[in-house]
Amino acid sequence: MSDTKKFLFVNRKAPYGTIYAWESLEVILISAAFEQDVSLIFCDDGVYQIAKGQDTSELGIKNFSPTYNALGDYDINKIYVEKESLDARGLTVDDLLKLTYEDEDDDWAEKDSIHVVSSAELAEIMDQQDVVLSF
Amino acid sequence: MPMLHTINKSPFERGALESCIRLATKGSSVILIEDGVYGATKGTNASSMVENAMKDLSFFVLGSDLKARGVDESRLIDGVTVVDYSGFVKLSVENDKVQSWL
Repeated sequence: MSDTKKFLFVNRKAPYGTIYAWESLEVILISAAFEQDVSLIFCDDGVYQIAKGQDTSELGIKNFSPTYNALGDYDINKIYVEKESLDARGLTVDDLLKLTYEDEDDDWAEKDSIHVVSSAELAEIMDQQDVVLSF
Repeated sequence: MPMLHTINKSPFERGALESCIRLATKGSSVILIEDGVYGATKGTNASSMVENAMKDLSFFVLGSDLKARGVDESRLIDGVTVVDYSGFVKLSVENDKVQSWL
């Protein structure tokens, strides 16, 4: 039985100004529990969601950024970040969380989940999906 | 008359900062809070707009909102002043009016 669909989550909002980022992360984790083929995109201000060094202690709200580290354990390891969005914000991949997974087909080697891609590559990834959820 | 302008939206998603810079009068202060703090970072598509405006306007940024978003102070545009909540209050009372660019 092939109930697996290709799910894409498109994240375009900064993390704390609105609830979108947090809601997206919740739905992503739920979709993983249903063993779907999940890919994530972070573009526009969405790249700020996975910025490293977040510390919300002075705001009295939850810093949910460590949760992204758990995605690898849920077999979510196709995380695409648009290079053009990073460039526009003066960021590089070194400014982002180091998200990894263990590849069971390669003796559980630790591999990077984040792939920096161009707009053209991102368009192709979007085109290949069965379901696209936008946050 | 000195006025304090507050910006709480990212310059990459909304035009609030751009409109504020266009319309704020010389000598006014602008404080970047919440998602607005991204407008205080250098090397972005928005930073030259802020740098150019600094000859007429004073820019401040709320430190707690920077910290929450993982924006290190080393990434701020030169001349932007980091303030805490009491600094924000002080700016609010020092100015005759506060305009919030929502």
